[in-house]
Amino acid sequence: MTATTLQTTLAETRAAGRAALIGYLPAGFPDVESSVKVVEAMVEGGCDVVEVGLPYSDPMMDGPTIQRAADRALAAGTTTDDVFRVVEATAATGAAAVVMSYWNPIERYGVGRFADRLAKAGGAGVITPDLIPEESQEWVEASTAAGLDRIFLVAPSSTDRRLALTTDACSGFVYAASLMGVTGTRAQVADTAETLVRRVRETTADSGLPICVGLGISTAAQAAEVAAYADGVIVGAGFCQRVLDAPDLETALTAVRSFAQELAAGVRR
Amino acid sequence: MSNTPPVPDAHGHYGRFGGRFAPEALIAALDEVEAEWEKARQDPAYQAELDDLLRTYTGRPSALTDARNFSEHCGGARVLLKREDLNHTGSHKINNVLGQALLTKRMGKTRVIAETGAGQHGVATATACALMGLDCVIYMGEEDTRRQALNVARMRMLGAEVVPVTIGSRTLKDAINEAFRDWVANVDHTHYLFGTVAGPHPFPKLVRDLHYVVGAEARDQVRALTGRLPDAVAACVGGGSNAIAIFAAFIPDEGVALYGFEAGGEGPSRTAASITAGSPGVFHGARTYLLQDEYGQTLPSHSISAGLDYPAVGPEHAYLADTGRAHYEPITDAEAMEAFRLLCRTEGIIPAIESAHALAGARKLGERLGPDAVILVNLSGRGDKDVDTAAAYFGLMDSDPEGQAR
Repeated sequence: MTATTLQTTLAETRAAGRAALIGYLPAGFPDVESSVKVVEAMVEGGCDVVEVGLPYSDPMMDGPTIQRAADRALAAGTTTDDVFRVVEATAATGAAAVVMSYWNPIERYGVGRFADRLAKAGGAGVITPDLIPEESQEWVEASTAAGLDRIFLVAPSSTDRRLALTTDACSGFVYAASLMGVTGTRAQVADTAETLVRRVRETTADSGLPICVGLGISTAAQAAEVAAYADGVIVGAGFCQRVLDAPDLETALTAVRSFAQELAAGVRR
Repeated sequence: MSNTPPVPDAHGHYGRFGGRFAPEALIAALDEVEAEWEKARQDPAYQAELDDLLRTYTGRPSALTDARNFSEHCGGARVLLKREDLNHTGSHKINNVLGQALLTKRMGKTRVIAETGAGQHGVATATACALMGLDCVIYMGEEDTRRQALNVARMRMLGAEVVPVTIGSRTLKDAINEAFRDWVANVDHTHYLFGTVAGPHPFPKLVRDLHYVVGAEARDQVRALTGRLPDAVAACVGGGSNAIAIFAAFIPDEGVALYGFEAGGEGPSRTAASITAGSPGVFHGARTYLLQDEYGQTLPSHSISAGLDYPAVGPEHAYLADTGRAHYEPITDAEAMEAFRLLCRTEGIIPAIESAHALAGARKLGERLGPDAVILVNLSGRGDKDVDTAAAYFGLMDSDPEGQAR
């Protein structure tokens, strides 16, 4: 199987001796056209990979900031088909594009149909925060057929047995949740993050599967701290907050671009 | 049924339904609950403690009432009421709560969180936590705190913290989202005392097992009273805990028809009937029937009853519907309120509006089955909490312009 753009990108950042910067934004936030511009600003500022969120009515793993962003996107009428449009625009920037989605919208769209459409739009894979490998048989088949990466999550509470099971099921990277909690900014990176990455590293020693860390990272200093031991640093709420706070789109784009620049400098320290 | 394998399977699947669609961060805790329950259910000391509480604290066994007057409004069929409304805290919810609160202590956890819609599960949980010295936080949609203000006060009186949930539709589903968010952050010392037969495995099974006593008692009581099994068993269905409670012991009795009555709201466009108006999907940790749009976004549910105002249903009900072992039909707000009024006037029993859906269903069943039929109804809760809603609906308050408009 040929490498996905995600795999290529993470191999390049690893070769460059640094962690990748991965930014998250819900498609359609604040509306579909504007979300494309925000993603472009994220990439201009230095994001290597963009997670395009599929906004969902019941985001059980998200804190208030991303809930608000997803609500705005849904209120603007964003649909799954719009997500593919944003993915297409993201891929056109040269950054690797992955989708982050709760499971029900994918199942409802049709698992095979979703995989095909995403691959055609230039997407590299999907992060599935409420799908565990034991429930993923249909997704494994569809994503394999479409040549997409499957990114599952591991958490500080995962047993060693589950770390092995989950990393075995992943391709592209494994998403390590830095702490026990939902998305959102935190004053400091939880000390559970480094321990988890070390535990995962032992199970991925043979495969070399990249480990990217998310949840609670929102400053250049935090990005630098995590970049010292992880292959990628994932930032979501920090980008959403800047768009929420901005009085207009131009202000939002400037804030997002400069935030991405700060983080990009962080992962290069 | 004797020729079908028992459900759920080892992974919590009920046919194509159920399972575990939950964040990895919660899997260890779900495994812990599952393992602890398997140990507890086989531990005579745990069973003895739970049985004693059910007898001396809850007031079990609950009575079976021969509703002779109400039966005249049910095509003459004999309607028997399983009186879960007479339990301490006023509904069936206490059965599950006491069992899970004891389980919480076995797991060495000190804090309990729970969701509530009508407030019945929240009140029961706050009660058990007061009894057992556990910290208690109840998540309740802001819309429901308004509809059920009395139950909010009851929970606070019992020492619980009630957190109004102000996001999404501000009802039960959003309270569950918020409870899961709390759980993932505090899972080391917190148990999520789930209140219905929904959610990720093992909750649908755990809650069913703890409510099994309802149907088991009723089965003996109906036979003692009538010398035979009932022709039909009726219950209301939101998440579906009181329905599984009374169905479970009868599932092997193929001659006993099982009927779940969903909240039909104001009709197909404004409903909470997830089996009859919804489609299969994944919601709150399980594959089941839910109300969703073409993109899998959850649709807002509507019911006059806060306890049934939920856009999905427990996965075992989805399975029972698929296999045809149980039948599910919608009851409108108006039909439920008419049955509510009838039971008050004919039997001197004020039912919960939730349970009134089962009563309305029993009236339809009685017309179909005729005067020789025996119909067992789970009267799952009492209506004290609903007096405001019902008084407004029927215009019983002096100078109540809203009520007069009806």
